[in-house]
Amino acid sequence: MAFTFAAFCYMLALLLTAALIFFAIWHIIAFDELKTDYKNPIDQCNTLNPLVLPEYLIHVFFCVMFLCATEWLTLGLNIPLLAYHIWRYMSRPVMSGPGLYDPTTIMNADILAYCQKEGWCKLAFYLLSFFYYLYGMIYVLVSS
Amino acid sequence: ALFISFNISAKCSYRFNNANIKINIYLPILIWWLIYRESLMHIISGHNMTHRDLCGDSSSTTTDSASPVPNSYESLEGGGYSGTSLRSPPAGVPAKQAPPFGYNYPTMHPAYQQNPAPKPNPSPSHGGYNPPGYQPYSQPFPSLSELSSALGGLGGVSELEAETLRPVNLLQERNILPPKRAPPPEPNLSNDLRKVNCSPDTFRCTLTNIPQTQALLNKARLPLGLLLHPFRDLTQLPVITSNTIVRCRSCRTYINPFVSFLDQRRWKCNLCYRVNDVPDEFMYNPVTRSYGEPHKRPEVQNSTVEFIASSDYMLRPPQPAVYLFLLDVSHNAVESGYLNVFCQSLLDNLEKLPGDTRTHIGFVTFDSTVHFYNLQEGLSQPQMLVVSDIDDVFIPTHDSLLVNLKESKELVKDLLNALPGMFTHTRETQSALGPALQAAYKLMSPTGGRVTVFQTQLPTLGAGLLQSREDPNLRSSTKNVLHLGPATDFYKKLALDCSGQQIGVDLFLLSSQYSDLASLACVSKYSAGSVFYYPSFHHIHNTAQKQKFQKDLQRYLTRKIGFEAVMRIRCTKGLSIHTFHGNFFVRSTDLLSLANVNPDSGFAVQMSIEESLADTSLACFQAALLYTSSKGKRRIRVHTLCLPVVSQLSEVFAGADIQAISCLLANMAIDRSISSSLSDARDALVNAVVDCLTAYRANGSNIQPSGLIAPAALRLFPLYVLALLKQKALRTGTSTRLDERVFSMCELKSQPLQQIMRMVHPDLYRIDNMTEQAALHLNDSVIPQPPLLQLTAEKLTREGAFLLDCGSVMYLWVGKCCNETFIRDVLGFQNYASLPSNMTEIPELQTTYSERTRAFISWLLESRTFLPAFHVVKDDASTKTSFFQHLVEDRTESAFSYYEFLLHIQQQMSK
Repeated sequence: MAFTFAAFCYMLALLLTAALIFFAIWHIIAFDELKTDYKNPIDQCNTLNPLVLPEYLIHVFFCVMFLCATEWLTLGLNIPLLAYHIWRYMSRPVMSGPGLYDPTTIMNADILAYCQKEGWCKLAFYLLSFFYYLYGMIYVLVSS
Repeated sequence: ALFISFNISAKCSYRFNNANIKINIYLPILIWWLIYRESLMHIISGHNMTHRDLCGDSSSTTTDSASPVPNSYESLEGGGYSGTSLRSPPAGVPAKQAPPFGYNYPTMHPAYQQNPAPKPNPSPSHGGYNPPGYQPYSQPFPSLSELSSALGGLGGVSELEAETLRPVNLLQERNILPPKRAPPPEPNLSNDLRKVNCSPDTFRCTLTNIPQTQALLNKARLPLGLLLHPFRDLTQLPVITSNTIVRCRSCRTYINPFVSFLDQRRWKCNLCYRVNDVPDEFMYNPVTRSYGEPHKRPEVQNSTVEFIASSDYMLRPPQPAVYLFLLDVSHNAVESGYLNVFCQSLLDNLEKLPGDTRTHIGFVTFDSTVHFYNLQEGLSQPQMLVVSDIDDVFIPTHDSLLVNLKESKELVKDLLNALPGMFTHTRETQSALGPALQAAYKLMSPTGGRVTVFQTQLPTLGAGLLQSREDPNLRSSTKNVLHLGPATDFYKKLALDCSGQQIGVDLFLLSSQYSDLASLACVSKYSAGSVFYYPSFHHIHNTAQKQKFQKDLQRYLTRKIGFEAVMRIRCTKGLSIHTFHGNFFVRSTDLLSLANVNPDSGFAVQMSIEESLADTSLACFQAALLYTSSKGKRRIRVHTLCLPVVSQLSEVFAGADIQAISCLLANMAIDRSISSSLSDARDALVNAVVDCLTAYRANGSNIQPSGLIAPAALRLFPLYVLALLKQKALRTGTSTRLDERVFSMCELKSQPLQQIMRMVHPDLYRIDNMTEQAALHLNDSVIPQPPLLQLTAEKLTREGAFLLDCGSVMYLWVGKCCNETFIRDVLGFQNYASLPSNMTEIPELQTTYSERTRAFISWLLESRTFLPAFHVVKDDASTKTSFFQHLVEDRTESAFSYYEFLLHIQQQMSK
């Protein structure tokens, strides 16, 4: 049993995924509040937009770590989400600041539903990957 | 505490079942969230309730912790919090068993019971009011208490339905157009309801029979939506002043003709079905001066009413009318000569600007710098202040740039007289529109009001500068059209800031070159303004445009205006709003924030059916517009529309309103072309027809298999869609300037229905042989009624003269061999050859022929607010292409003829 770089990656990913789960929950709450009329879309977009890039960067960061640790399977599992993030950010509306959400279109029922669904899916993904990283960490620690 | 925990567990199970997640660690977080939400709602609803208890009818007017925006008008119009949670459960909650949230009723019930017990009934003969077991009180209100069962059932109605369902083989029916513009279909309601229903000019639904479920709606493949023209100029409008405006206590619906009175003391809301008390004041009828007849009050007799609102509906004292004019004075602008026209027009209409003694006015001009005008009362002449620091524009002096119109009228007049001459020799070609707009925002933000921008070129300096994005070689490409969306979000952000400070921005674009309207229009789109565009405007070389500009300004300056407005659209429980179309900012799921509201803008709303409407037979929609009039009065205009709910697919088809459907589809197509691509939008339009006709074919059993069959109600559907595809906004293959295309999109999105229909499918009449047969006789004048002709060159003859009415422009096409009497008596020229090619009006000649023609044209223009530009087109003139492009049934190089289009649809259907 040895503490390898891969094990370190998994531990870091575990912590960061916990943070990502918070991000996902925060998004879900925010869109739910929009849907139920509690918040002004301008304020809500202003609070959400700065969170988008950090979330993506955290994800990119531990993907790169897994690449360095040559954990191909884990990397492979994360690549679809990575690609989705890149696509999502490329096709964002015209905006001068960072972020994805435009207060003039966010109240459109389709977009709102999409964002909510996206939030739930991400939450599910992060939760599953959280347990996967836990398993991966233990596995690496035990096997090496 | 017990209650809350129950709620949480219930919710948790739903959420996680939904997402298929096994949780253990994260439960605490979610519980924290739910508790946070619950408590928030508790605070909010509790707060609202207490407030309502105190002042009876108002909703929260203070800024509490729950409303993060201090100047939230949302809370004013009311309805937000507790109402919504009752009306629309969060997405995904299985609709049927969605229990009303626990926190809502417990707070509601005590409050409800705390109300002073109803006073002894003043008219004892009515039996009084007994809370534990009241007697259904149906006798005096037969029509109202039986509202929900009061559906048609008349003989004539079913005949009508049979007629609208008559199958029509489109491929065989050549003359499909009715001889007169068809009136909108009548909803299948009892006569009592039909009489009080909202006018279709104001409020129209795409399906006059609302399908019971979303599944049924999906089967019909028709869009469900509303077309609204809420601030339309009305000749007759009941205005009600009363201390308490009666509204439903849970969904905040205004009392309307479609509520039912359970007894004299209680009414049942027609949107959320809550039983409410009738306040004492409502028992007295000011019209008949009688007591005890709440169902005879004007609110219950008219579906369009206006209330004078009390201070409960204000966040601040009503603002005065404030007008700021932002004028481009660069070389390009001076060259086009618009300044002269504008100043003259404003001078003529200065007295007629809507407002009162508090009206304020200001002027800002800009080229590469921004110029302000000090119009302080007492100055001998206006003082110009130049701010050349456009990177950080500031207001040079704070008090005298916006001045009281009454007090400084002479100075304003001096300025307007001097302005056109002040910049005649300018060499400045740059335009700093962005900084000028920022200055306008700073100047106006303390009060709010209307900013009118005149721009003649691409903004080239400072914030918001734009580059030319149009490639003239691609104007007629059949491939994708690029750059339909904005290049920068500067204008959108500015518009949102403006909207927040109750500033509306109207844009007049008068340019001959590309000015990136797609970006500029955002400033009006999101601040509820309007956009006007005059391509290749020049005061000498283009007289038709100049006249149009003059006429438009005349109307624009004098039309009614509402400030700091919000509009909320409520609908029967089970229906929900999907998307809004028009110029506004969407504040929440059913609330539009309109910094300014004008009588010429229309709105469209897409709806969806979230819960089955099976237990009701009527669906109602209510649009409430709360605004400050130019006289500083807070007013609420309420429109209510009532429609029957049906369960059969054939009834849905029978009630389709094809004009409304086409307009809604146009709006959806424009959204699609911006968010996705133009070709996608065009395909979607064609598919809308294909799907709908396929659905009809699948539904009908007794239809012969050959041919293209449509129900009579939808027989114009393919024609209108073809016409839409040939609009400037959506056409491909025909050379279209990007700005004109974008302007056409803006028009389709923000015009009222009538105007859109004229634009999409213009009216063609032959007017050289109008007879008095079937003519209208109105106030001693005879108005001939020529039949509508189909829009095809086949209907034109060289011997005739034809009038094409496209809404914002009218063409009079004169054939080569047109009879000389017409040319002499109506147009005032000897023969065809002597007709000039640029005639823009019909002379007022004293012949019966001329009088009759003019009577007909002015009859066409009667109800219109903006007068169209008028062109006399000679058959051999170069301008005739602009006339022929409107003949939508004909084939063009790049587009189908009507018959080809039908064949195309048939082919698509058989796939």
